[in-house]
Amino acid sequence: MATVTITKPHRLRRVFVWELPVRVYHWLNALSIMALIATGFYIGDPPALLSGKEASDLFIMGTFRFVHFVAAYIFFFNFLFRIYWGFVGNKYARWKNFIPTNKQFFSDMWTVIKTDILMTSAKDIHTIGHNRLAGFIYFLTFIAFGIQCLTGFGLYSATSDWWFPNLFAWVPSVVGGDFMLRQIHHWTMWFFILFTVVHVYLVFYHDYVEGRGEISSMGGGWKFVEEEIFEADKESEKEKK
Amino acid sequence: MFTEAPAKRKTYYEELQDKGYSRRDFMKFCTMMAAYMGLQTSGVAQVAEALKTKPRLPVIWLHFQECTCCSESFIRSSHPIVADIILDKISLDYTETLMAAAGHQAEEAMHKTMKEHYGEYVLCVEGSVPTGADGVYCLIGGKSSLDILHEAAAGAKAIICWGSCASNGCVQSAKPNPTRATPIHKIIKNKPIIKVPGCPPIGEVMAGTIVHILTFGTLPALDGIGRPKAFYSKRVHDSCYRRPYYDAGLYVETFDDENAKRGYCLYKVGCKGPSTYNACGVMRWNAGVSFPIQSGHGCFGCSEESFWDNGPIYERMATAGGFGIEANADTVGKVALGVTAAGIAAHAVVTNLRKGKNIDKIIAEGKQSEHELNED
Ligand code: HEM
Ligand code: HEM
Ligand code: SF4
Ligand code: SF4
Repeated sequence: MATVTITKPHRLRRVFVWELPVRVYHWLNALSIMALIATGFYIGDPPALLSGKEASDLFIMGTFRFVHFVAAYIFFFNFLFRIYWGFVGNKYARWKNFIPTNKQFFSDMWTVIKTDILMTSAKDIHTIGHNRLAGFIYFLTFIAFGIQCLTGFGLYSATSDWWFPNLFAWVPSVVGGDFMLRQIHHWTMWFFILFTVVHVYLVFYHDYVEGRGEISSMGGGWKFVEEEIFEADKESEKEKK
Repeated sequence: MFTEAPAKRKTYYEELQDKGYSRRDFMKFCTMMAAYMGLQTSGVAQVAEALKTKPRLPVIWLHFQECTCCSESFIRSSHPIVADIILDKISLDYTETLMAAAGHQAEEAMHKTMKEHYGEYVLCVEGSVPTGADGVYCLIGGKSSLDILHEAAAGAKAIICWGSCASNGCVQSAKPNPTRATPIHKIIKNKPIIKVPGCPPIGEVMAGTIVHILTFGTLPALDGIGRPKAFYSKRVHDSCYRRPYYDAGLYVETFDDENAKRGYCLYKVGCKGPSTYNACGVMRWNAGVSFPIQSGHGCFGCSEESFWDNGPIYERMATAGGFGIEANADTVGKVALGVTAAGIAAHAVVTNLRKGKNIDKIIAEGKQSEHELNED
């Protein structure tokens, strides 16, 4: 390691990538999902309780469900907000980062897979916002958000008199009833668990391999890009125009 | 019993008087029905008025693949008038189980009703229709149930599907469904259909559905899958008297434990009440005596679509087949998580091997800056 000598260290440009609304969204989302997973596990399979107390003194399942529903509302409106921000936010927050619309998107994705997942290519990819693969995975994640909101509020509607959850009263009949709905809701949870594990790993991976401040970017909003890369990007942006 | 149609059809009230019911009995019945149907107090008068003035509704009641538990439930509903008036005495022009006529006589009675009341009669169907092997699994009078259904449905004003068999196929349509038992709504597409599922449905719910049609001349409001909202809009779970134990987190773990004795919630031994829409918790069974949960057994979701295929009766989560062993979401999830963790570990190792150079460069660059700061 020490054999590598650097003649001229890189100068880094600070780029503002994640605006405050995106960061707030991200952490509200992460926290609410973790709360939903934890409470969801309890609801799905409550452990045996050793307690001599009367039922009237306990409200354990009730509390878990309450937290689940509070988190669910936060999660839902936060998600709605992110959809909106995809139309008005900065370049890195826009929908075109997520939704594949052309061939280039897929070939870029393949490049990322070769570089970061299979590691058959030693290229250094330097996307400033989401890389193409990440963007696409987030797109799938947004779809899973949608499924979880539909199935969740579909289950919830029968227990509520408020008009809002009742907007989802049509959902159970689409899949044939609450049994199937609960199944889908429960299976989809596992998607979130797997996503979270891989996502957090990859954030650390990028930080480690690229040294551009990936982890902290969701804190302060900045990433740090080498001057040369920054200039090259500027050129290619100009050419596009 | 129904071979001759009376010249003038009597009203329900007239029939009741003939049977020796007093006005008081009659009003009691109307009040009970209105309450079950969820009507306001003024609804009682509406029900009474309808039964007093309207002639009986022509009804054809067909039996296909079923066990007759729906009919049984109906004639055992808590008020004798239900059985006496709606079923036994007046309304049924044709029903295999309860009519006196047999053979050609019976067939004739049915055809007579179908002709005379074309477009007016209500067709009640108990049982599913086997569509496999050209319908040979259920033949009545030499005709397949499929043909009989099509014939009878043609002139029906509406169809009521009694029970889970007619509504969703019930046990005979459970996988692998050898006879291809099919619920009515998948066969008849051009008629209004009311599903009254349950195995069997509660007698009062059946009566309430018919009385609604009589009183208002319209179909009751239906939920997303075609069940009368008055009886199927609440989960069993939401009207269950064990619900406080559910909310408290106190559950029966096995049927012979102390918790079972104390009457805790049956969630963990497979109660399907949280996913089942029915009136059991409110109306109960056999004149309000009890219902399954009250007897210490979980709900098994009999009023829901394909309830026999919704997983084991005594476990919470349904399993998913096709993994060699039966596995539920959590088992599959845990395996996937293990695989993912292994994948990540491998990836981390390979990263250090394959990307070692890049990483070294960054580290060296960082160290160089560090040294520069430390010099002098
Ligand atoms: C990432 C998001 C979510 C996750 C991981 C999640 C997870 C879970 C899990 C595992 C269960 C237990 C299912 C079972 O085994 O029967 C559950 C139940 C439920 N969830 Fe969610 N959920 C999420 C979002 C939502 C949302 C947005 C709502 C909307 C209100 C919601 C409403 C419900 C309801 C109503 C139940 C059934 C509770 C009951 O009947 O007592 N969930 N959730
Ligand atoms: C310690 C935990 C976490 C850290 C450090 C972290 C960090 C980050 C970073 C740096 C990004 C931008 C990465 C990129 O552009 O590819 C990001 C994006 C994202 N993360 Fe996380 N994350 C964490 C947990 C979570 C969790 C639990 C979830 C939800 C399941 C989540 C969902 C997302 C989503 C949906 C995006 C896309 C953001 C957008 O543009 O809307 N993250 N995260
Ligand atoms: S016994 Fe069944 S229906 Fe009653 S509260 Fe428990 S889970 Fe719900
Ligand atoms: S408690 Fe459940 S299984 Fe039992 S009759 Fe009612 S709906 Fe059907």
